[in-house]
Amino acid sequence: MSRFIALIHRDLQLSMRQGMDNVMVVMFFVLAVILFPFGVGPEPGILARIGAGVIWVAALLAAMLSLERLFQTDYEDGSLELLALQPLALEIIVLAKIVVHWLTTGLPLLIATPILAIFMNVPSDGFWMLVFTLALGTPSLSLIGAIGAALILGSRRGGVLLSLLVLPLYIPVLIFGVSAVDAAIGGFPVNSHLMILGGLLIAAIALCPWAGAGAIRQALET
Amino acid sequence: MTTFSGTDLLCFRGERTVFAGLSFGMDAGDALVLRGRNGSGKSTLLRLMAGLLKPEQGIINWSGENINEEPEDHNQRLHYVGHLDAVKAVLSVSENIQFWSELRGCEVNVPKALEVFGIGFLADVPGRFLSAGQKRRVNLARIIATPAPLWLLDEPTTALDADAIQALEKAIATHRQEGGMVVASTHSELGLTGVETLNLDNFSIARSAA
Repeated sequence: MSRFIALIHRDLQLSMRQGMDNVMVVMFFVLAVILFPFGVGPEPGILARIGAGVIWVAALLAAMLSLERLFQTDYEDGSLELLALQPLALEIIVLAKIVVHWLTTGLPLLIATPILAIFMNVPSDGFWMLVFTLALGTPSLSLIGAIGAALILGSRRGGVLLSLLVLPLYIPVLIFGVSAVDAAIGGFPVNSHLMILGGLLIAAIALCPWAGAGAIRQALET
Repeated sequence: MTTFSGTDLLCFRGERTVFAGLSFGMDAGDALVLRGRNGSGKSTLLRLMAGLLKPEQGIINWSGENINEEPEDHNQRLHYVGHLDAVKAVLSVSENIQFWSELRGCEVNVPKALEVFGIGFLADVPGRFLSAGQKRRVNLARIIATPAPLWLLDEPTTALDADAIQALEKAIATHRQEGGMVVASTHSELGLTGVETLNLDNFSIARSAA
C-alpha cells in the first residue's frame, strides 16, 4: 500500500510541476461548452434542453486530451520499463496512474461543471444530478482511456488513434450519464440509470488495469 | 547447481533469429560480460534475463525456478540499467532515487549512493539540468541505493568519463564481494577480474584469470 501511495505521490508531483497541462484541459472543457450558445443561439429553452448532453460530451473530449501522455512520457524516458521491473504488480502501477489521471483531470472538470451548468441554463432539477453523474462517470472515462493510452505506446500519431479506440467505448457511459440527468429533469426515477453507471464503473475497475498492464507488457517487448 | 542459469535459449526479433541454443550459468560473486558486434543480441539477452522478454524456447532459472513464473519475485532480486536513464526532468536527483527505492520497499541512504558516483553536490538539482553522463551516474546510483543480488547492465559505461567508469568498476567489485552477480554488455574494457566473457558472435565462453 505504501508503494501505491509512493506512485501516486510521484505522479501528482510530476503533474503539479509540469503545471499548465491540467489547466489547459479544464480551459478546453470550458471553451468547448461556451462555443455552443454561439453555435445554436442563446435561446434559454434550447440550451436547457441540450445543456447536460453538451457538458457530458465536452467532459469526455477533455478527459481524452490528457490521456495520450498517461504512459507516453514514462515510456519515452525509460521509466515505464523500470516500473515494469519493480517488485509490484504492473496492474497496481496502472491503477495508480489512472487514479492520478482522475485527480488531475476528472476532478477539475467536476469542479468546473456547476458553473457551466448555470451558464447552459440546466434546470435546477437536473443540476446536482449532472454533477453526480459526472462524479460517477469520469472515473470510468479515466479507466477505459488507460487501455487506449497503453495500446498506442510506440505508435506514431498516437493521439488520433487513441480517440478512435477510446471514443466508441465511452458511448455507454455517455448514454446513461445523460439519460439520468434527463430523467431527473423530467421527474422520472433515476435509480436504474445510476445503477448502470455504477455498474460500468465497477466493471471498469475490475477489467481496465488488467487490460492496460497487458498492453504495456506488449509494448515493452518490442 | 548454478543459481542463475539459462538453458538452450532461442530468440527471434521480427523474422530474424537473434540467437539459438544459447546457455549460461552464474553463481554468487560471478560476473558475465557480454560481447559481440552491434545487433548480435546483447541487449536482447539482458532483457530476457530481466523478464521483459520471454524466450521462444528454453528457460531461464533462478535457484531452479523459472523466472517467468514469479516475475515479481524476480524483479525484487534484480536491478536493470537500460539505454534510457529514466531520470525525470522536474524531479531533483535525490527525489528521483528516493522514488525508485520506495517502490522496492527499502530504507535508503540517498547521499551515500550519490557519493559513490561523486554526484553528492547534484542532490537538489532538477533532472533537466543534468548532462548525459550525469544522468547515467544518477541511474547507476539508483541501483546502489537499494540492495539486489543481480545487476543487469546494458552498456553501463555509455557517456561516462574515466572517473565514473572507475567508480563503477569499484562498485561492481564491492557488489561481487558481497555475493552479488553482474551481467554487463560492453564494447569498452571494464577493468574486472575473474569474469566470464560470453561472445554472442560465436557463443564462445572464455574465463579470464582471477
